[in-house]
Amino acid sequence: MSGLFSKQRIIAGPGYNRWMVPPAALSVHLCIGQAYAFSVFNDPLSRVIGIGSPAPDDWKLTTLGWIFSLAIVFLGLSAAFGGKWLEKVGPRLTMFVAACCFGGGFLVSALGVHLHQIWLIYLGYGVIGGIGLGLGYVSPVSTLIKWFPDRRGMATGMAIMGFGGGAMIGAPLSVLLMEHFKSATSVGVMEAFLVMGCLYFASMLVGALTIRIPPPDWKPAGWTPPVVQNKMITSNHVHIDQALKTPQFYLLWLVLCLNVTAGIGVLGQASVMIQEMFKGTVTPAAAAGFVGLLSLFNMGGRFFWSSASDFFGRKNTYFIFFAVGAGFYAAVPGMGMSGNMVLFVSLYAIIMSMYGGGFSTIPAYLADIFGTRFVGGIHGRLLTAWSTAGVLGPVLVNYIREFQIEHGVAKADAYNVTMYIMAGILLVGFVCNLLIRPVHEKHHMKHDEFDELDGAFPHSGD
Amino acid sequence: MNDIKTTSPLLLLLFWLYVAIPLAWGVWSTIKKALALFA
Repeated sequence: MSGLFSKQRIIAGPGYNRWMVPPAALSVHLCIGQAYAFSVFNDPLSRVIGIGSPAPDDWKLTTLGWIFSLAIVFLGLSAAFGGKWLEKVGPRLTMFVAACCFGGGFLVSALGVHLHQIWLIYLGYGVIGGIGLGLGYVSPVSTLIKWFPDRRGMATGMAIMGFGGGAMIGAPLSVLLMEHFKSATSVGVMEAFLVMGCLYFASMLVGALTIRIPPPDWKPAGWTPPVVQNKMITSNHVHIDQALKTPQFYLLWLVLCLNVTAGIGVLGQASVMIQEMFKGTVTPAAAAGFVGLLSLFNMGGRFFWSSASDFFGRKNTYFIFFAVGAGFYAAVPGMGMSGNMVLFVSLYAIIMSMYGGGFSTIPAYLADIFGTRFVGGIHGRLLTAWSTAGVLGPVLVNYIREFQIEHGVAKADAYNVTMYIMAGILLVGFVCNLLIRPVHEKHHMKHDEFDELDGAFPHSGD
Repeated sequence: MNDIKTTSPLLLLLFWLYVAIPLAWGVWSTIKKALALFA
């Protein structure tokens, strides 16, 4: 087994087509993206005993809310702590462990539903599944960057777009399965968990078995590293532990955290906001359609912006997110008050595309600043910014809204201040991005350090 | 030199379809839901 999963075993042969790698990465990301659609299980899980309506002993929504929160916390923790291990063992073993955890998490949760033990679901989907999420998220990133030195942004954008797309598959698939399995004695969740656990394990296993890493010093045919070096793209490598000693790591952490905080904050209130700003015009079904539209732009933005960053440069792309984003966030209340729904929806859609773009452009930004050798592990550690923003964004938005309503502000107007504060957050992000400079050469790895690393091989010029 | 194995274009196409078809289904389901906004 160790042979099949060893790093040496997955070095690609001379005729291997690098375009096999993005679908291998997507096989994993399209599965783990299901996490964003977990809320479709909340209502049926609150009726496991009562079936038609919640019984006194059924789980409350507040109890169920912890499942997703735990999964996101363990995503961040496993990405942070598992990143170094990923660099040592390679993407295949990491993807395989991710498949076991994510698929297995569903199976443990199915047992939890069957026995009506919430702690089993916390352990299954929250802890074990969350570890699968984190390892699965970071596992193909550095491999893609090494295969596509000429299009780093586009390559990682394809995989991370898959995470956005995974929710679009996961939500209707869950509904279909629950509809199929529901009966007079079951809401169909346990059966749906069993099927999805097996399905996701198999799909992620396909990704693990097909992923390949490039041979040492491999370059795409006909491509030579640019002669005139961009100062913001290093050809050196910074060790994963050394990266934490640089100010660039913390500035990039803030860049990701602030972009995600603002995005999550407004995404969470999108449905209620459009219904209150356009009262009588937008029904709850139309508002759900609005959220669906935003998720499409979130997914599309992941591919569009990271691909565009290959041409604009990573720093300039984040300048666009922060400067244009701040302007758009500040303009949303005005659009709402003017009653112009088309412009309101358009602004919101572009904001969401930049929110998604922030996720997908960061791995290439890290590779530019710290080199490609440890980018997977460094990316994993940076994802703690996502976990932080996942808590900060909604709390901030809800707190600001409640505070205003308590002080007599009309519900429809309570969003305005929130949007202005989010615009301010983006301006802080703009300053952080402005401060990012190339890493000082004292942090670069020396040649003898590469020799000490097991199985390490630097890719010159990529 | 004779044992160089190149990736089959058919395999490449099938692998892309393997991920593209579920994604297209998910996108289509989301678009159908989003159409309610314009109804």
